Amino acid sequence: MTTMISMLFLQHYWWMIISLLAGLLVFLMFVQGGQTMIYSLPETDIKRRMIINALGRKWEFTFTTLVTFGGAFFASFPLFYASSFGGAYWVWIAILFSFIIQAVAYEFRSKPNNVFGQKTFDIFLFLNGSLGPFLIGVAVSTFFTGAMFRLNQMNQVQWATSWYGLEALLSLRNLSLGLAVLLLARINGLLYLINTLEDEALLARSFKSVIVNSIPFLVFFLFYVISLLVSDGFSVNPANGAVSMEEFKYLHNFLAMPVVLVLFLGGVVGVLYGIGISVLKKNIQGIWYSGAGTVLTVFSLFLIAGFNNTSFYPSVADLQSSLTIMNASSSHFTLKTMMFVSFIIPLVFAYIWFAWKAINNKPITEQEMTTDEHLY
Amino acid sequence: MIDNIDLSLVDWSRAQFALTAIYHWLFVPLTLGLSFILAIMESIYVRTGNEEWKRITRFWMTLFGINFAIGVATGIILEFEFGTNWSNYSWFVGDIFGAPLAVEGILAFFLESTFVAVMFFGWNKVNKKFHLISTWMVAVGANLSALWILVANAWMQHPVGMVFNPDTARNEMISFWAVLFNQVAVDKFLHTIFSSFLLASMFVLSISAWYLIRRREVKLAKMSILVAGVFGLLASLAAAYSGDESARTIAKVQPVKFASMEALYEGKTNAGLIAFGVLKNSDRKIGDKNEKEFAIKIEIPGLLSVLTAGDKDAYVPGIKDHLYGNQQMGIVSTAEKMENGKHARDVLMSYKKAKLENDTAQISSIKGIFNAKDYNEKYFRYFGYASVNKPEEVVPDVSGAFYSFHLMVMLGFLFILIFAVALFLLHQGTLTEKRWFLWAAFLAIPLPYIASELGWILTEVGRQPWIIQDMMTVSKAVSQIKAGTVITTFILFAILFTGLLISEVSIMVKQIKTGPKH
Repeated sequence: MTTMISMLFLQHYWWMIISLLAGLLVFLMFVQGGQTMIYSLPETDIKRRMIINALGRKWEFTFTTLVTFGGAFFASFPLFYASSFGGAYWVWIAILFSFIIQAVAYEFRSKPNNVFGQKTFDIFLFLNGSLGPFLIGVAVSTFFTGAMFRLNQMNQVQWATSWYGLEALLSLRNLSLGLAVLLLARINGLLYLINTLEDEALLARSFKSVIVNSIPFLVFFLFYVISLLVSDGFSVNPANGAVSMEEFKYLHNFLAMPVVLVLFLGGVVGVLYGIGISVLKKNIQGIWYSGAGTVLTVFSLFLIAGFNNTSFYPSVADLQSSLTIMNASSSHFTLKTMMFVSFIIPLVFAYIWFAWKAINNKPITEQEMTTDEHLY
Repeated sequence: MIDNIDLSLVDWSRAQFALTAIYHWLFVPLTLGLSFILAIMESIYVRTGNEEWKRITRFWMTLFGINFAIGVATGIILEFEFGTNWSNYSWFVGDIFGAPLAVEGILAFFLESTFVAVMFFGWNKVNKKFHLISTWMVAVGANLSALWILVANAWMQHPVGMVFNPDTARNEMISFWAVLFNQVAVDKFLHTIFSSFLLASMFVLSISAWYLIRRREVKLAKMSILVAGVFGLLASLAAAYSGDESARTIAKVQPVKFASMEALYEGKTNAGLIAFGVLKNSDRKIGDKNEKEFAIKIEIPGLLSVLTAGDKDAYVPGIKDHLYGNQQMGIVSTAEKMENGKHARDVLMSYKKAKLENDTAQISSIKGIFNAKDYNEKYFRYFGYASVNKPEEVVPDVSGAFYSFHLMVMLGFLFILIFAVALFLLHQGTLTEKRWFLWAAFLAIPLPYIASELGWILTEVGRQPWIIQDMMTVSKAVSQIKAGTVITTFILFAILFTGLLISEVSIMVKQIKTGPKH
């Protein structure tokens, strides 16, 4: 029976998994978003410590999702892994750098004799929080705006500029998605803290900060979505794999896949609802609506990048080098084998949920910051 | 093909990967081993209800946490460096190599990262049994992640379970089980985890010995030595056994690496095992490099033949057999492999040309060649040799391979002795009086780290010039970026990793001096 699973189905299946992981990653970057507020939100050191400890209990989820996202991309679409990572070198290295300093910052910041001092590790957290989501947003935006690479007949990549990916920062559209992702991470970070901390003053400041971050987020997000819908996109001829520009390609994709459009709209409504009930009703459950909305929004954006005969990693240096889920994928055997492995993902979700609830069953208090033995 | 590859780019890319791997491996073995030691200690606590075991577990858990974070941080770089610095390789083998990395993420990392949060923060939030299960899950998750990355690395040493697809110009997996149960993968996984258990046991033993020297935390130290001594002795014996198995497999699948490990230039029957040796340059040359010969050696006659083939009269091929061929023993010369590899490359290029010109007759004809058994066994298996310029290039650094192997083995036997003596003295009740031993055990703390790093140096340097044995050289695998770019990131990584290492050691020392909470 398994031999009957078509290559095209597997390629679409794996693009969906990648899209789902991307959605989860952007949601889990609430940790990074929260890290950008360790200076502005708390009024005292003990409250900063509460915030850092609330975020620190979740940093590994984001980190692991990033690693799995990379591994899954490598396994399912290795030509993307080779082309983007091997070409847009500086962008990816900067992202990785920001994640190295995050991992140690939590564990080292409050430990005696850490050599560099708590302030340094807090700066590391701030840098990771700011650079990580922003640069990931910029990198993902190139899925729609294109990147500067060429592939030779052996599928070896050569980057067309000596900026190795940094040229993506010169695009207003890329910058706007980077900023939208960063601001969304900050909003989700605030909503997570509202849900996790038991401190009236911090909660009041967090509710206020949600409004302050939501306004620019909506500006950048709407700018990006509108520009996406009205821009030309990278269309693939399914008969011969030739790539050409198509007017309103991404709008066409939404219209051709109404389910994806519904998911996208549902996601946006979820984010807005999460923000709305927090701001208007002071409800602490906003993170779940906003989080689910984030996952759906990113998931659907990835689907319109890769489905419906679209190049998910277009080349603006050589259009025919553009990557599609058809030409960049692993073999039928690997995709099929990996599909069976992916069936375990619901079990992974189940135990993550169970463990998450077990740790978050009580809100974090100021008192806990003085009595618990394992603190950041 | 991309030709005119900048050699400094290859060297710096290798240096950056080596730097990351060496730093990463300073932290990972402790995580692999200490996670099981914690699980054992906590199991004793849950079973006996003795609060002292809980205190001991929490103390070692603090040190585990400090080490864990930096291991994770350096690990993410390794995964992505396959793409950033070895993009041609990533495409060529992504179909096979990517799969274990993805499985690692889905099956192992989530298990580890989910339950590590419960392990650290759950003492007062979840019940005893759930906490204990979480600690075991961390150990299982950490070691499972080691399995998958080692499967990937083993495939680079001995590629199996794949076919070459000329249309995509890459290897594609045809048997997941062949990749998973690759003999090199089995050996490598067992040897790596046993040596990591050993390293963690020595870590616990050494620090406990320091407490006994200072006459502090005597109860904690003795109880810790009991667990670490038993675990360490079993692990060091298992590491010796799995290491021996691993060497046998290397002799079969990477014979030039094996001959280099033994500095064996001329093949022979009744070959002796070098128990100890010091190399010097000889007057003889291979290419433009001097051969090595022994200035001093202690040799056990016939043992190398016995260990590799179970018979002292068995012929053990030397480096020159593989370089120049040995018809009598059926060994093909490197020059012939180069010719055959070039033929395989020419066939591929003809196929690419035919595809470009849409010459269907030619495409069909060449496809037939690709599927022929004779072509694959005689020519394509040497595809990588098309990139070799001179036969001598396939010989790795003999001194590096010899010393890293022999020093690792000598240290391995020393560890067995240390654990055995520790347990004996503990059993006799004289451990605290034998200060010479306590000092020796304390000072031994860096030795398993050295042995462990030497193991990786042997594995990776011994495989040169290949990134995938016989199939792809490192120079063909590298990303086409400017060498200056890689030099810059190398320097940045070196500064960052060194700074973090200094910080980690400083924190660790302070925590050890402070001791457990009372």
